[in-house]
Amino acid sequence: MCSEEVLGEEQEIVEEVDLAKDFKESGVGEILDELDTSLTGLEPVKTRIRETAALLIVDKARRKLGLVNEPLTLHMSFSGNPGTGKTTLALKMADLLHKLGFVRKGHLVSVTRDDLVGQYIGHTAPKTKEVLKKAMGGVLFIDEAYYLYRPENERDYGQEAIEILLQVMENNRDDLVVILAGYKDKMAKFFESNPGFRSRIAHHIEFPDYTSDELLEIAQKTLKEQHYKLTPQAIVALSDYIRLRRDQAHFANARSIRNALDRARLRHANRIFNESIGLLNADQLSTIDDVDILSSRVFKGGIDNF
Amino acid sequence: MRVTQGAFSFLPDLTDQQIHTQVQYCIDNDWAVSLEYTDDPHPRNTYWEMWGHPMFDNPDAAAVVYELNECRKIHGGKYIRIMAFDSTAGWESVRLSFIANRPKTEKGFRLSREEIRGRSVRYSITPYSTDLPEGERY
Ligand SMILES: Nc1ncnc2c1ncn2[C@@H]1O[C@H](COP(=O)(O)OP(=O)(O)O)[C@@H](O)[C@H]1O
Ligand SMILES: [Mg+2]
Repeated sequence: MCSEEVLGEEQEIVEEVDLAKDFKESGVGEILDELDTSLTGLEPVKTRIRETAALLIVDKARRKLGLVNEPLTLHMSFSGNPGTGKTTLALKMADLLHKLGFVRKGHLVSVTRDDLVGQYIGHTAPKTKEVLKKAMGGVLFIDEAYYLYRPENERDYGQEAIEILLQVMENNRDDLVVILAGYKDKMAKFFESNPGFRSRIAHHIEFPDYTSDELLEIAQKTLKEQHYKLTPQAIVALSDYIRLRRDQAHFANARSIRNALDRARLRHANRIFNESIGLLNADQLSTIDDVDILSSRVFKGGIDNF
Repeated sequence: MRVTQGAFSFLPDLTDQQIHTQVQYCIDNDWAVSLEYTDDPHPRNTYWEMWGHPMFDNPDAAAVVYELNECRKIHGGKYIRIMAFDSTAGWESVRLSFIANRPKTEKGFRLSREEIRGRSVRYSITPYSTDLPEGERY
């Protein structure tokens, strides 16, 4: 246990590097490819991830040549509307950072204000520190980060959490990467009033809303994974649904579509349960028809709240 | 006089990087790691003060090194040790313990001899530091 190897971990400086080989051995290529196939749309995000991956690989190579010693600032902000894939991407990002050796463990700890901020004096600091310690070696994802800052209440404990976060983001850059996420406008305002965060975050990534076509593609992909399929009429009904739903309140992009599909499956199950008199085959049990979608409230002028 | 208790105490002081590596070994074995400090380094003093709770659910040793440095901010002039407790049935005891911080100058121990029956001598040691009351020792 106390062998030379375990006690010292100094990195050796080399004379030459092979970027292509480093890239291949890191397994990052597979993550990027998987990102491309598993996530529909999000082109600007995918481009940014590729660029970031290139930066990381080059930085690692420069380190090997002894050109850099300072830890790279990797804290990020993901801004975009709900259901645009921020949480999903944070998981991939943790994996990517781990494969490249920028975090030691690669797990994701996802929190909101309530996990960081306490209820009474002296409660916040230990709470925030516990979360930070749990995230060390991985990525800390703070959803709706702007709720930490409540300027209208000068005694708000959020400020204490912010100060500890900033300190650790600065002093423990080797130990964890922090990703702040939330709506674009609110994030912009948050950074405006918290210059400390703005200056510690190097990568701002924006998540655009999905187009209706992309949402339809996401729906079909999701159903395929669950071994369901849509009849041609059902596809038409679903595109109509998406067109109506996206202008309604509480629309949450891919999440709303996933929820709509869950409800369609429920109606499908009830329909075949009520209709069936004889034996059913696999095809009948996995084919969603237009009636399963058209009976949604959205088509009767109502709202799907999720 | 250099106090030699626990593991690694005949080696030069471990760097934070080396402490990290040792602690990671403990965490990877599912041992609960905790920090304790004292200003009474008598070898029979088993009651060191706890610094926070034992840590069960931090996957990375950086969390322990972070707490060690928090502890040093307040108790940097004292002895701080890291303990790793194995709760597996049959073990249920400390598997590794080592000093991670010590005072700049270690005051050492007074050896006293007490003559008892016949020509026998009873020896005992007392840390010089405990001549002073708690809180004024280092
Ligand atoms: N491009 C995509 N392709 C497939 N599914 C997606 C895509 N983007 C988001 N989803 C799905 O939508 C849901 C919400 O995504 P999430 O990452 O939680 O969004 P956010 O964190 O931005 O609110 C998840 O179930 C996720 O799997
Ligand atoms: Mg989310």
